[in-house]
Amino acid sequence: MQETISFTPQLVPSPIAEILWLIPALPIVAAGMIAILKQPRRKTAAALAIGSQSISLLFSLFAFGHVVHNWVHGDFGIHETINFTWIQVGAANVDLGWVLDPLSAVMLVMVCFVGLLIFIYSIGYMKHDENFTRFFCFMSLFAGAMLGVVIANSLLLLFMCWELIGVTSYLLIGFWYQKPSAAAAAKKAFLTTRVGDVFFLLGIVWLFSQTGTLLFYNAGAGSMEHGALAALLSQPAAFGLSAAGAIGLLIFCGAAGKSGQFPLHVWLPDAMEGPTPVSALIHAATMVAAGVYLIARVYPLMAAGALSGGTTAALIVVTWVGAFTAVFAALIAVAQNDIKRILAYSTISQLGYMMAGLGMGGVAVGIFHLITHAFFKVLLFLGAGSVTHGCHEEQDIRRMGGLRSDMPLTFATYAIGMLALCGFPLFFSGFWSKDGILDAAQHWSVAKTPFYMLVFGALLTAFYMTRQVAYVFYGHWRGGKPAHESPAVMTVPLAILAFFVMALGLIGTPAWPWFKAFLDGSATRFAWRGFMEPGLLALMGVSTVVVIFGIILSWRFYGDRSPRPTEPDALERIAPLPWGWLCDRFYVDELYGVTLIAFYRWWARVADWLDRRVWGGLVAGVAGLFGLWARLNRFLDTNVVDGGFDKGCDELAVGGGLLALVQTGRVQTYLRILALAVAALAAILIWSSRA
Amino acid sequence: MTPLAGYLLVAALLFSIGLAGALTRRNAILVLIGIELMLNAANLNLIAFWRYGPHPELLTGMIFAIFSIAVAAAEAAVGLGLVIQIHRHAKTTDLDQMNRMKG
Repeated sequence: MQETISFTPQLVPSPIAEILWLIPALPIVAAGMIAILKQPRRKTAAALAIGSQSISLLFSLFAFGHVVHNWVHGDFGIHETINFTWIQVGAANVDLGWVLDPLSAVMLVMVCFVGLLIFIYSIGYMKHDENFTRFFCFMSLFAGAMLGVVIANSLLLLFMCWELIGVTSYLLIGFWYQKPSAAAAAKKAFLTTRVGDVFFLLGIVWLFSQTGTLLFYNAGAGSMEHGALAALLSQPAAFGLSAAGAIGLLIFCGAAGKSGQFPLHVWLPDAMEGPTPVSALIHAATMVAAGVYLIARVYPLMAAGALSGGTTAALIVVTWVGAFTAVFAALIAVAQNDIKRILAYSTISQLGYMMAGLGMGGVAVGIFHLITHAFFKVLLFLGAGSVTHGCHEEQDIRRMGGLRSDMPLTFATYAIGMLALCGFPLFFSGFWSKDGILDAAQHWSVAKTPFYMLVFGALLTAFYMTRQVAYVFYGHWRGGKPAHESPAVMTVPLAILAFFVMALGLIGTPAWPWFKAFLDGSATRFAWRGFMEPGLLALMGVSTVVVIFGIILSWRFYGDRSPRPTEPDALERIAPLPWGWLCDRFYVDELYGVTLIAFYRWWARVADWLDRRVWGGLVAGVAGLFGLWARLNRFLDTNVVDGGFDKGCDELAVGGGLLALVQTGRVQTYLRILALAVAALAAILIWSSRA
Repeated sequence: MTPLAGYLLVAALLFSIGLAGALTRRNAILVLIGIELMLNAANLNLIAFWRYGPHPELLTGMIFAIFSIAVAAAEAAVGLGLVIQIHRHAKTTDLDQMNRMKG
């Protein structure tokens, strides 16, 4: 491998950028080492996974500190890259590399930190599982792949890690593969994301054919930099889109698959069949956020060639899909009864918020919500895991109740997560990040509808989370054996997460929009005037009112009622028909069942028939022909070739018999013949000399 | 009649006696004796041709005869050895019974 390190002329990569590859490599190496361990080495496996994750976190913090240091010194918009050539085909190079910039630094810290807490929590949660080491192997591999996606400076390297994520997600959803539902869910997740990935791959190939590079940043020659973008904009594709827009949309298809956006969201609720730490790490905080991160990473491409309103066709599509998904999934979440499924639909809905935020407000708005969401959703999932653990693996919220007093720590942290998810004002990070998105939506130039959709989504979010908390923690216990609080190894990570859920909001308030400035590469300072921007205070008021209204409304229906599990839901009694639609998740799965899957079944049958009758017949015919030919050969062999040899051998035997007659064995016979021969020879000599 | 012709006649007689013995006798040792007679007839010819040939001073015929006698002695030793072995094995020296090499 020929290695060339390239960098922007004025910038030598810092030492931390040079060893950035260690951050994903360590967990992957740990996964490999766990894989070759003997099965019962539980402590070693957990120590390897957690140790490697801790070291990665340490490196990430160094990298983050380095980027912040750059930012403080006014070096904005720096992308430190290390690139090298992977394959050389003719004149074309396929380059890989990694990048250190504010976006990747923020994501690195988030993934490592959340991952580490979840690993620690898993020790408690998976304690009784016989496949403890396998679990840590997969989790570690996943963490490495996710970190690889984050630092990738090449769309190809990103895609490789992206697919690794897909594989580990498959393995972890199907971790309890003895359950048929888990195996089916794993398969469904893998295939559904594959649909998006096909388009993603098409986008990658198109981008490579147009720009000749897959590097994002390469000292002016990368595909996300001016030269390549200008070339892409001048290339028209179909439907009035430029090549940049079309490639952006193809990449968005991949992101939609991983991030569970509307048509491809069906796998995410089913993915809850995996262990709860998996749901927390992969299907709430990191893997599903990879799609959002991807859009943020290729944002220059998505935003290239802005129309009159400062936006592009690709971003408009992203916004609409995101806004629709946000409301759609929130509606479904209202009518679910499985504690993890509610959170899964909530995740889909929040991912829709992030996409809409990216589409309308830019990278910082979307990524800020991604980071805060990662923390509070992990908190909620781990809290849900603690609840199911305490309730003896019960997941139906109708069979819980009154856990407020049985599990006080879990309740306190869960309540913080729930308020953050609802966007309860001032003290919770979710409020600030969601308001950022709403603020961007109300100033969006194209349409106001997404704003109203997102506000409605916020109302629904408050409603379903209050419903869930009321069912689980209030009222009286409706399950079997009484619940118990979880061990400290599970509750301590909850407490740490709860602290960050509240504290993180401070870096993104309008008064001190540090996060936005950091990602966008601009200076900022603390100023109360930030709140005085037009419409901002009114928006915060509206959002507060909506959230509180949603909570009160939900409390009116569900608060302290503790209905029996068999009783119909409070909303079901009011409107049974729409409730049925929501319960059945708007029949999306059924629709796929009767259209796509039915089509594939039919097509499989056709292919089977073709195989059996047409191709099979053809093959059988050729085989029969060869059989005939072989028979002919055998006939020739037995009758012609063998016969000839046998005849020859017989003749030789007869000849030998004749000659053997002369061989009498009597020495005097030979002597006589010799004497006669000599006499004859002498007679000839004498006779010939006379003549 | 030249002296040479006389020697040649004696040699021919000797050869004929040897040949007749070798062909007619049943006893292997007598056959060997017949063969020795034929060899010595040849030796007699060699000496006679040398003695009455163009260069009687070169000793060529004598050397030939000495070689021939030496070879004949070796051959007789081998032949007698074979006969003794056969006699030990088959308890006979009758050539008519030694026909196991019949094809």
